[in-house]
Amino acid sequence: MRYGEYFNETHEQMRRSARKFIESEIAPYLADWEDAELFPRELYAKAAAAGFLGLGYPEEYGGLEADIFHRIAMTEEFIRTGSIGLVAGLFSLNIAIPPILAMGTPEQKRRFIPPVLAGEKIAALGITEPNAGSDVANIETRAVRDGGDYVVNGAKTFITSGCRADFVTAAVRTGGPGFEGISLLVIESGTPGFRVAGKIRKMGWNASDTAELVFEDCRVPAANLIGAENQGFMAVMQNFQDERISMAVMAHAAAELAYETALKYTEERSAFNRPIRAFQVTRHKLVDMATKIEAAKAFNYKVAASIAAGEYPVAEVSMAKNFACEVCDKVAYDAVQLHGGYGYAREYLVERIYRDTRILSLGGGTTEIMKEIIAKYLQY
Amino acid sequence: MKIAVLIKRVPDTASVFAINPDQKSVATDKLKFVMSPYDEHAVEEAIKLKEANGADVVVVSLGPDSAKEVMRTALAMGADEGLLVTGAGTDSLTSKGVAEALAAAVKSIGAELVFAGKQAVDDDASQVAERVAELLEMAHASVVTKFELNGGTAVVNREIEGGSYTLELPLPAVITIEKGINTPRYPTLPNIMKAKKKPIAEKSLADLGLSAEALAPGVVLESLSLPRQNRRNHIIDGDTPARVNELIRLLKEEEKAL
Ligand SMILES: Cc1cc2nc3c(=O)[nH]c(=O)nc-3n(C[C@H](O)[C@H](O)[C@H](O)COP(=O)(O)OP(=O)(O)OC[C@H]3O[C@@H](n4cnc5c(N)ncnc54)[C@H](O)[C@@H]3O)c2cc1C
Repeated sequence: MRYGEYFNETHEQMRRSARKFIESEIAPYLADWEDAELFPRELYAKAAAAGFLGLGYPEEYGGLEADIFHRIAMTEEFIRTGSIGLVAGLFSLNIAIPPILAMGTPEQKRRFIPPVLAGEKIAALGITEPNAGSDVANIETRAVRDGGDYVVNGAKTFITSGCRADFVTAAVRTGGPGFEGISLLVIESGTPGFRVAGKIRKMGWNASDTAELVFEDCRVPAANLIGAENQGFMAVMQNFQDERISMAVMAHAAAELAYETALKYTEERSAFNRPIRAFQVTRHKLVDMATKIEAAKAFNYKVAASIAAGEYPVAEVSMAKNFACEVCDKVAYDAVQLHGGYGYAREYLVERIYRDTRILSLGGGTTEIMKEIIAKYLQY
Repeated sequence: MKIAVLIKRVPDTASVFAINPDQKSVATDKLKFVMSPYDEHAVEEAIKLKEANGADVVVVSLGPDSAKEVMRTALAMGADEGLLVTGAGTDSLTSKGVAEALAAAVKSIGAELVFAGKQAVDDDASQVAERVAELLEMAHASVVTKFELNGGTAVVNREIEGGSYTLELPLPAVITIEKGINTPRYPTLPNIMKAKKKPIAEKSLADLGLSAEALAPGVVLESLSLPRQNRRNHIIDGDTPARVNELIRLLKEEEKAL
């Protein structure tokens, strides 16, 4: 289907720009970056110059005004690099910047946003802690007001782009227990007491760095407090909405890439004197993959359109993420299956897709947490 | 100054090609189309010139309505307007007729400088821009890797086997562009949006007042066929001199490659 109600000629043109950019700036080097478990920092500036990092942000902060489907089209094209980790790393700003944009003062926005949209600075989001992942309301990193500063102590983990982020939009505890004591603080990595405690080695997302961060008497100016004190939790939850629909799109796009790769392979590979696609069971498997992807896509687009229309479809966003991630898990699994042993070999794209998509149903809120949210919204 | 850039919508060479049963046309239903890559460099060169010296860049194409897709890309890169020669008769032209039509289009714009890719990657004929130069009696340089404007004179480098030489051409001139000359920019979203509002004029062959004779084919297409993919291999044994001799013999006699 063409989904002409969501995508017009401008989206198509932008896809072409993205494909070109990827073809010349990413594809030739990607295998090396995966092996090195990092992509070069220069890629941020290049992606900024080509108009991708700032997509969807206001012009006054160096962004490029766009609708939600431009962002989706861009995500879909970048996922076609076959490195979901690269997309997560290169675009970590899309989870780190929105809270600043939504709640920051004009001065904070001018200070923090333009350098990131220009690809000069790297931004990360720091919510998860060693003792609090799903249970965001129970984070333990403390920020205690002392004169004009907050003194921060604690740790964050699994922070995408955290190893080389210039700042982390961090959830910290400024008040009492529970969600009512949480604030958002921009912690700059140059601040004394800020330390990258380690780079986490992972099953997938190898092109992106994932950090453990430690704050030891880290003095952060109170001017870096985003929004009012103890009002951070709602901003975190609101931010999750964007992240979740974006991860849902990543899931359907990755699934589509896995499917197309498998489709091609089943034509080229023969067994028992015929292409493996000549087996009815193969065709049916491919059909099931295609059917699931189409449904996930259509639903994701629908939910995105409702967000664009100003609705706040919390349950549906969580449904979209769960559905697309489940589709993606199954499709990636089947794509490997259809490749036989080659699907397990590094040289074949589906091997990476399989590893790189597993995280989608964990990050940004697990499948189980999505279900808890849905159940709550459906008032069970 | 007005600069015309001749651009063509062509199948992406990474597409899977098939020939229609008539053996005279390529099946288009599964093809992806792009701007011919050399043309992108031509557009970039024109825009660079515009940014440096100020100019009006008009992209000119001949083809069906869908040719507007690549024209929009050029407009999003920074060209100012488009002129599409389209409608009855345009689909059956050979290089000769296309050149007649484009020459008339360029003339109607009053361009002093014409850029084009050194060839279009679909039929690789390398004819149209050269013919346009002839028809308009403009100076011409092909396969250009460096371009400068020095008053009313274009100073260009042309690639030749094993080297390059520098030419000076009086304007008006037609210049065909080789890849190494620049890096085409990626259209960014704001420019894509702006491009939507830039005008693309349309003209038919009749509007351009072209005679049947001018449009008559210069050549007749007999048939199309896909390149034969016939993989053979030879394994050559023996010591090195013997292997070399045998390799030369194989290449000469059996594979007829030398
Ligand atoms: C590669 C990667 C990148 C990441 N990037 C970031 C980042 O940039 N910033 C950031 O802040 N975080 C990031 N995360 C962290 C991610 O958001 C968390 O891992 C996730 O939210 C789950 O938290 P947890 O790992 O502590 O799991 P836990 O919360 O310990 O969950 C363990 C299991 O228990 C289940 N569970 C928990 N609570 C319930 C419940 N109430 N009912 C039923 N089941 C439950 C979970 O679903 C899960 O199956 C990243 C993680 C990874 C792996």
